[in-house]
Amino acid sequence: MTFSANFSLVLPEIVLAIAALVLLVAGAFRGKVGAIFTLAAVASLVAAAATAVLGPHGHAFNGVYAADAAATYAKVAIYLSSAIAVVLGDRWLAQRGDQKFEYAVLVILAALGMGVTASAGDLISLYVGVELQSLALYVLAAMRRDDAKSSEAGLKYFVLGALSSGLLLYGSSLIYGFTGSTHFSQIALAAAHGGSHGVGLLFGLVFLICGLAFKVSAAPFHMWTPDVYEGAPTPVVGFFAAAPKLAAMMMFARVLGDAFPGSVDKWRQILVIAALLSVFVGAFAGLAQTNLKRLWAYSSIANVGYALLGVAAGGEVGLQSMLVFMTLYMVDVTGFFACLQALNRDGKPMETIEDMAGLIKERPGIAVAMTAFSLSALGLPPFSGFWSKFYVFKAAIGTGDVMMQWAAVLGLVGSVVAAFYYLRLIKAIWFDASTGSVDAPSPSARAVGFAAAIFSFPIVLVALIWIDPAAKAAAAAFGHA
Amino acid sequence: MALQAIAFYLLAFTTIAAGLLVVSARNPVHSVLFLITAFFSAAGLFVLLGAEFLAMLLIVVYVGAVAVLFLFVVMMLDVDFAELRQGFAQYLPFGGAVALFIAVEMVMVVAAVATNGAAAKNGLPNASPGGVPNTEAIGRVLYTDYVFFFQLAGLVLLVAMIGAIVLTLRHKPGVKRQDIGKQIARTPKTGMELVQIKPGEGISE
Repeated sequence: MTFSANFSLVLPEIVLAIAALVLLVAGAFRGKVGAIFTLAAVASLVAAAATAVLGPHGHAFNGVYAADAAATYAKVAIYLSSAIAVVLGDRWLAQRGDQKFEYAVLVILAALGMGVTASAGDLISLYVGVELQSLALYVLAAMRRDDAKSSEAGLKYFVLGALSSGLLLYGSSLIYGFTGSTHFSQIALAAAHGGSHGVGLLFGLVFLICGLAFKVSAAPFHMWTPDVYEGAPTPVVGFFAAAPKLAAMMMFARVLGDAFPGSVDKWRQILVIAALLSVFVGAFAGLAQTNLKRLWAYSSIANVGYALLGVAAGGEVGLQSMLVFMTLYMVDVTGFFACLQALNRDGKPMETIEDMAGLIKERPGIAVAMTAFSLSALGLPPFSGFWSKFYVFKAAIGTGDVMMQWAAVLGLVGSVVAAFYYLRLIKAIWFDASTGSVDAPSPSARAVGFAAAIFSFPIVLVALIWIDPAAKAAAAAFGHA
Repeated sequence: MALQAIAFYLLAFTTIAAGLLVVSARNPVHSVLFLITAFFSAAGLFVLLGAEFLAMLLIVVYVGAVAVLFLFVVMMLDVDFAELRQGFAQYLPFGGAVALFIAVEMVMVVAAVATNGAAAKNGLPNASPGGVPNTEAIGRVLYTDYVFFFQLAGLVLLVAMIGAIVLTLRHKPGVKRQDIGKQIARTPKTGMELVQIKPGEGISE
């Protein structure tokens, strides 16, 4: 492959990098964010998604970067969800008179990092992508620097993120030491041959999984999630719960599917334990929450558990179920936080379950949308949440492994427990007495919320016709690093 | 070879002596200056090994940035070093034991590497394989094989910079800044104002 051919493969990243630099300079000179600025940021993210779809497939820079069906699938989802985050966040910050042009630039750079991790073919590109993404996310969490909770969220995220990066690096160095390569394909070769380095390699793998579990906020590495979600600005939380989660799940899929496809029996038990712990921590700790952002943080921990169950199932079917699950979940969670950011009472955000009382009389449209998201998160057919869980449980049972089948049963039990808090929210929205009037929602947030709700049901039934084969093709791309 | 040996012992002795003086100097500014001496002589040791790129990095990064930063911190923060040093004699036995333990460990690791490591089997690693000095060797791959990582690392640093500015920069409205364009565009007409003052009233600002 010629040197310039490499660059045609990384075109989505180049588009985003140039867009970030141009917007940064434009913002620094003009100093304020207009509609054109936001539009340009959104356009660059959409353009990057388009280049990812239309661009050639292959491995660039001696295999450290993979442009395959899996990377394309993840990048389209990540870039589009980032574009929505740019629109929602700019509007939200503008309403509070705290608009910064750096917001859009940081979201673009975070999306760039996530894209790199999604197509990582080497431990170094994985790590650098993780750092690029995390560093931008830390700053986004602390964006409202005069708000004590936002600063706390940023600091907590930063300290624990640094710790998890340390775990990730330590695991990577052990893997490099015992296999002699950072390339996923070389690691897969070395791991397949087994031999004396088995135990050391396993230690490295465990550390790597722990570091990734931190990033994806799977139990028992979930402690930072509720605090960060509570403190960070609402549109930023909507972003956190969507794109970075998919990127982190892609890292799991890349490391386990590309570098350790032969050691399924070794990593499956670790993932199953993390998945079940996540499901139960998310279900039981969520019961005690009154703040909706904290509640949805626990909900996201539980949902990550289901996605991990899909990864643990392994193979094409398992990874496909993970990708479908994460895609449908991203739409749901983006829509929910868009609704949450649209709701204000006398200029103050409505963030607790009590605040939602009687919402159906005040804002029937948003109330119905939030009900749809809750029912979907609960897993009630025919909403999208049901189909995503259906994929995961089918994959888990289809492995024929007794442990995976029991894990699927326990996962179902966890989702029944979690149903309580979703139903409690629905009860507050529909049946409790209203406590005051709700301010007019911002049109962009309401539009995103409604669109996501309509996707949740009934569009999902049609969309699955395309999502299913796309995810299948993406899952088939793993293991060819 | 004798010249090399003399240089090695001189540099090694300076490194260790400067290191000791870093922890024993009374004045913290002197400590930082001794640290810089230690860095310089360590860089000399790298040059003796043929690793001139590492030597330059040590001076550029550690002397140029880190040590100067230390100096700023020491000078700007009002740290009472005499107070920090108070329990010195009390903690000496324990600290000494830890230091001894680490020293023994290091000697054992070095001995193990020397007898069983890669160098023992394949001979000493060559600092300039194929006659290419190591700076040139790094330069050859940095923008070709590793250009992807290199550019990404640059973006990570850019994010760090944007983050630091977003989180700390505050535009204060009352600050008077120099605006050269404004200064040049100034005419006697705009620069001067005639004020009619009524007796006994003065003018407001």
